[in-house]
Amino acid sequence: MNTWVYVDHFKGTALPASWEAIGVGKTLGTVKALVFGSGVEALAKTAFEYGADEVLLADDPALADYRAEAFAATLGKLAADGAPDLLLFPTTTRGRELAGMTAIDLKTGVMVDVIALEAADGKITVTRPIYAGKLLTKETCSSKPQIITLRGRAFPKPAQQAGKSGTLTKVSAAAGDFLTKVEGYTTAEGGVSLTDAGVIVSGGRGVSNNPALTPPAGLDEKQAEVWRAQQGFALVKDLAAVLGAAVGASRAAVDAGYIPYPNQVGQTGKVVSPDVYIACGISGAIQHLAGMRTSKVIVAINKDAEAPIFKLARYGVVGDLFQILPALSAAFKKKLGK
Amino acid sequence: MKIVVCVKQVPDSAAKVVVENGKVSWGDAPLVINPWDEYAVEAALRQKEALGGSVTAITIGGEGSKDALKHALAMGADDAILISDPALVNMDTQATAQVLAAAIQKIGGVDMAFFGRQAIDGDAGLVPAQTARLLGWPALTLSSVIKVDGGSVKVERGIEEGRQIVTAKLPAVFSLTKDFGEPRYPSFMGIRKASRAAIPTWSLAELGIPAPVSVIAWPEIMNPPSREVTCEVISGGSPQEIAEALADKILAEKVL
Repeated sequence: MNTWVYVDHFKGTALPASWEAIGVGKTLGTVKALVFGSGVEALAKTAFEYGADEVLLADDPALADYRAEAFAATLGKLAADGAPDLLLFPTTTRGRELAGMTAIDLKTGVMVDVIALEAADGKITVTRPIYAGKLLTKETCSSKPQIITLRGRAFPKPAQQAGKSGTLTKVSAAAGDFLTKVEGYTTAEGGVSLTDAGVIVSGGRGVSNNPALTPPAGLDEKQAEVWRAQQGFALVKDLAAVLGAAVGASRAAVDAGYIPYPNQVGQTGKVVSPDVYIACGISGAIQHLAGMRTSKVIVAINKDAEAPIFKLARYGVVGDLFQILPALSAAFKKKLGK
Repeated sequence: MKIVVCVKQVPDSAAKVVVENGKVSWGDAPLVINPWDEYAVEAALRQKEALGGSVTAITIGGEGSKDALKHALAMGADDAILISDPALVNMDTQATAQVLAAAIQKIGGVDMAFFGRQAIDGDAGLVPAQTARLLGWPALTLSSVIKVDGGSVKVERGIEEGRQIVTAKLPAVFSLTKDFGEPRYPSFMGIRKASRAAIPTWSLAELGIPAPVSVIAWPEIMNPPSREVTCEVISGGSPQEIAEALADKILAEKVL
C-alpha cells in the first residue's frame, strides 16, 4: 500500500504522533512523509530516521505558519497528482482540521482518532472511540484515498535509526491568496502536553478541601476556596514535576476556577491515554472517566472509599491527599534519585 | 451581522451509553443540545449583541431535533430552521457538511457561521472545517476569543502549543472551545418564546441539492472491553509509609 503521512510540527518540532503514523504506514507498505513549513529540512531528515522511504518537502516562507487553507491547498494538489492509497495524519488540532479539508478537496471521507486498524486487499477497517470512549465503532471508507487520523500513543513509536536516509523530493507550496493571516502566538503555560504525556497527575474538587489551611485575610468565601485549591494544586504540580508528568484536572475543578481549561481531562476536555494516571481528589464522574479510562495504570487518592474512581484504579489510597501527596513526591524523589 | 449557528441534538453527557443487540442505547437519559454547541450559541449571541443583526439556529434531524433548536431560541436566537429529509440518515461528516453548506448558502448573506468544536456522540470534530472548505470561507476552528472589526475578524485559536492569533476576512466559519466563556441559561421569557416559535422545515428539494453520498460505513459498534482491574488499596501506617509502598507498586509496573 502506498501511504502518505502528514508530519505535524510547530516551528520545526514534530508532534510525536507523526512518527507513530510513519510506523503504522511502514507496517502497510511504503511511506512518503509530507513535511510542510519554512526552514524545515531537518525535519525531513528526522522523518527518514523514523522510517519514511521518501519525503515530499514543501519548504517555503509562505508555509512558515500553519494556515489551514494554504496547507490544504498544497496537500490537496500533491495528493490529486500522486494518488496515495492511504493518507495518515496524527490526531492533533492541525492534523484533524487538515484531514477534514483534504477529504473535501479529494471527495473522500475521514476516519478520525483511530486507535487500531487492519488492512485487507487495500481496504482498511479501523476502530475508533465514540461517545468519548463509552463505545467503540469499526469504520470503513468506500472512496480513495482513505484518510485516517491516528490517536497519539495508540500506536508504537518506531525506533529512530540515526543516519538513515531516503529520497528527498522538493515540492512547491500552492500559490494563492489565502484569506487568513497569522499575527502571532501566545504560548501555553509550559510543562508537559497532556495528550503526549506518559504520566499525568490530576486534581479534582478535593484539592480545595484542606482544613488545615487558613486563607489570607480579606478574601470572600469563593476567593478563599480558590486560594485553598491553588495550594492543593501546588502539591499536584510538585508530584508532576518529580515524575516529569503533565498536570490534569476534572471538570469540577476547572468549572470552579481552580485551574485553566486547557488542563481539563474528560469528555468536554482532553482525552488522554498515559502509562500512569494519578487522580487526586477526583471522585470519577462518568464524563471524567470517559477521558482517561484507557490509561495503563490508574492510581486514585481520595478520602471517600466509595468514589467511582476506585472501580477503574489499579492502586488506591483512601486518605488525605494533603498528607499523601507530599510524602509521595518525597518517596519518588528518593527512589528515582532526583 | 447575519449569523448562523449549527447545533445538534445528542444524548446527555452523563448518559450511560451501551450497545444492546447491535444498537446504541442511552436508556432513559435525555437528549439535549450538544454541550459544545451551547458555546457556539453564546458566541453567536455575543456577536449579535455587539454588532446588531440576527442569529439563526439550524440543525439536521427529525422532529425531535427541534428541541436543540428551541434551546438555542430560548437562549436568544431569533429564528431556527430544521433540515429534515428521509434521505438524511447515517451521514458521515462530509455529507453533513454538504447539507449545512447548502443551507447556509440558501439563507444567504451570512457573515459568520458558528459551530461547537465537535458533537459528543460522533466525536469527529470535522464538520466545521469541512463546511468552511465547501463554502470557500476561512475555517477559524477552536476559537476562544473573537473580535470583529469592520469586514474582518481576529481570533485566538487553541493549539497544542498555546494559542494562535489569526486575522481573516468575513464571511468565516468558527468553532468554539470552552474557554470562550460560559453559555447563558435560557431565560424564562426565552423559553416561552421558544415554545411558541414556528420552526420551518427544509427538505433536500428545498435546499436544491441531491442527497449527499456518505462514504464512511460503520459495520460494527461495540462496547469497549471491560477493564479487569481490582483496586489494590494501600493502607496501614503513616502517610510516609503508605507513600513509600505506593511508589514501589507504581515503579514495579515498569512504566515510569
